[in-house]
Amino acid sequence: MTAVPLTDLFEPTPVVEARGGTLEARGVSAWFGSNKVLERVSLDMPANSVTALIGPSGCGKSTFLRILNRMHELVPSARLNGEVLLDGVDIYADGHRITETRKRIGMVFQKPNPFPAMSIGDNVLAGLKLTGIKASRSEKEGIIERSLTRAGLWKEVKDRLKEHGSALSGGQQQRLCIARSLAIEPEVLLMDEPCSALDPTSTRRVEETIAEIKEQITIVIVTHNMQQAARVSQQCAFFLAEMGTPGGIVEAGTTEQIFGEPVDPRTFDYVNGRFG
Amino acid sequence: MTILLEPDQHPAEAPDDDQPRSIDPALPPGDRVFHGFAHVIGLSTLVIMGAIGLFLGYQSIPTFRRYGLGFLTESQWQPEQDVLGISAVLLGTATVAVVALAIAFPLALTSAVYISEYAAPRVKSFLVSLIDLMAAVPSIIWGLWGFFLLQPKAIHVAHWLHTHLGFLPFFHVDTDPEAAPWAQSRYAASAFIAGIAVSMMVLPMAAAVMRQVFSQAPPGEREAALALGSTRWGMIRTVVLPFGRGGIIGGTMLAMGRALGETIAVVLIISPAFEIKFKPLEVGTSTVSALIAGRFGEATSSQLSALLTAGFVLFIITLIVNTLAAMIVARSRSGAVTD
Repeated sequence: MTAVPLTDLFEPTPVVEARGGTLEARGVSAWFGSNKVLERVSLDMPANSVTALIGPSGCGKSTFLRILNRMHELVPSARLNGEVLLDGVDIYADGHRITETRKRIGMVFQKPNPFPAMSIGDNVLAGLKLTGIKASRSEKEGIIERSLTRAGLWKEVKDRLKEHGSALSGGQQQRLCIARSLAIEPEVLLMDEPCSALDPTSTRRVEETIAEIKEQITIVIVTHNMQQAARVSQQCAFFLAEMGTPGGIVEAGTTEQIFGEPVDPRTFDYVNGRFG
Repeated sequence: MTILLEPDQHPAEAPDDDQPRSIDPALPPGDRVFHGFAHVIGLSTLVIMGAIGLFLGYQSIPTFRRYGLGFLTESQWQPEQDVLGISAVLLGTATVAVVALAIAFPLALTSAVYISEYAAPRVKSFLVSLIDLMAAVPSIIWGLWGFFLLQPKAIHVAHWLHTHLGFLPFFHVDTDPEAAPWAQSRYAASAFIAGIAVSMMVLPMAAAVMRQVFSQAPPGEREAALALGSTRWGMIRTVVLPFGRGGIIGGTMLAMGRALGETIAVVLIISPAFEIKFKPLEVGTSTVSALIAGRFGEATSSQLSALLTAGFVLFIITLIVNTLAAMIVARSRSGAVTD
C-alpha cells in the first residue's frame, strides 16, 4: 500500500500512483479441442489507456481477452500458442504462478457476480482474503472506501456495508465487482462487455468510472456497442471471423483512426453499421 | 392508432381507466384430467404417510394406557416381569446414529469435494459409479462384513481409543485397558462397530447429494474468484461450499434418517443390552429397529403393541428430523436441487 500524503486528506478523490502495465500480445492463436478460434493475433495495449476490442459476435474477442489473464485454460479442451507480455515478461513462461498473474491482471465479467454469501464490505475485501494479503482493520476500512470510491459506489453504499452483496441493483452490483477487482491494485483491468446487462444510467456510471481509473490502470474492454467504444477508448482493435475460419484482428489503431478513417473496407462497413 | 406522448409526458401519466381484465382460466379437458390425476397421486403419498402414523398411533394406545409415559423413561425390557421401556433403546439408536454420522459426514464431504472439483473427467465417472454401487450393497452384507471382517480389527481401534481418551465418559469402557491380556470381548458387539457398518451404508447417499449440489455452484462466481487470483481451494471455500450448504445439511439429514432406522446390520453385530449409557465403545447396546426385529417373533399381543409403540416413537422422531432438514434446505440456495 502506498502512504497517503497529508494533502490528500483535503481532496475528494483518492490519489493512487499511476502504475498501469503495458500488455502486448504476440502471435496468439487459440483452439478449443481441434477447433481453431483465433488466428495469430498481435496487439499492443499501452499503459494507462483504454483499448477497446470491437467486432461482431463470435469472432474471438472474449476468447482473446480471457487469454490475457490465463482464464482461457480453465476450459479443459482449451489450448493456445503465442506470447502475452506484461511489462515485457511473458505471463505464460514456465515458473510464473497463475495466481500471481491474475492478481496483476484483473477481470470484470458481463454478468455481475458479487459473492452473495458475503456482505458488501466483505465482497470488496474478497480479493485480499483469497490471495492471502494481510491488512490491519483500519487498513481494510481504508481499502474498502478507496475501492468503492474509485468504482463510483461509495456514496450509495457507505451506510450499508454490512448488507448482502446481492441486495444491490444490477448496475450497483457491477460497480461492486469493479471495486472488488480494484481492491487488490491490479496493473491491468480486463472488462468483458461490462455494460451489456445494464440499464443506460448504470452504463453511464460505469463509463465514468472507466474514464477516471484509466489514469492509474490499463484497461482492455470488449464491447459490442460501437458508440461505447468510441466514447471510452483511446485505441481500438477490430476483430472479425469469416464463416468457418478462426477470428483475427482486421485492423487496429487509435479510436479516431478506426472510426474516422478506417483503412480496411470491412472495418469501414462495421463501424458504419453495415453489418454486425 | 399510434399513441404519441408529449415531450415531458410519461407513459404512466395516461388516464387511469386501465384496469386488468379477467381471463377465463379454463383448461382443455386433457389437461384437466391430468391435473386431477396428479393431485390424486400427490395426495395419496400424504394419505399413506398419515395412515402409517395413525396405524402405529392406534396400536400404541394399549401400551400407553398400561404403562403410561413411564414407557418412555423405563430402560429395562423384561416382558416376563411386565417391565417395558424404550429409553435405553432410544439412546442406543441415537448412539449408533451419532457414530455413523461422525464417520460418514467427513468422508462424504471430502469425497464429494474431490469428485466434483478435483477429479479428472474419466476418473470422475468411475468414482461416481463406485459410490453408487456402494449404495447398492444389501444391508445384510454390510452386517456380515461388520461382524466377521470388521469387528476383529475394530476392537483394537476401540481399545486404543479407550486407552488414550478413556478419561472422557464417551470413550469409557467398563474394563481395564492396561491389563496384559485386555478383555477383547468387552469391546465387541458395540455401538461403535455397528456405527461403522451403518456409516458405510449412509455414506453414498450423503456423498451423492453433496456432489450434485457442488456441481451446480454458479460458474460466474467461480470465475470471479479465480479471476481475483484465488487458488482452486480458495475458490471452493468461498463459492462452492457456501453455495452447497443446503445440500450438505440436506444430505447429512437424509443419512441420519437412514441411520436411525437401519435394522439388519445392527441386529447382526450388536449384543442387546438395556442400559442408559452413552458409551459406544462398550459391548452391548440396543436400537429400536433391532429391538423390534429381535423380539417380533416371540411377542405376545401386548408385547407386540409395545414394539409397535417403539416403532411409532421412531417414526415421529424420523419425521421431525426430516422436516427440520427440509426446512433448512428449502431456505438455502442449493435447496432447489436436493430432494
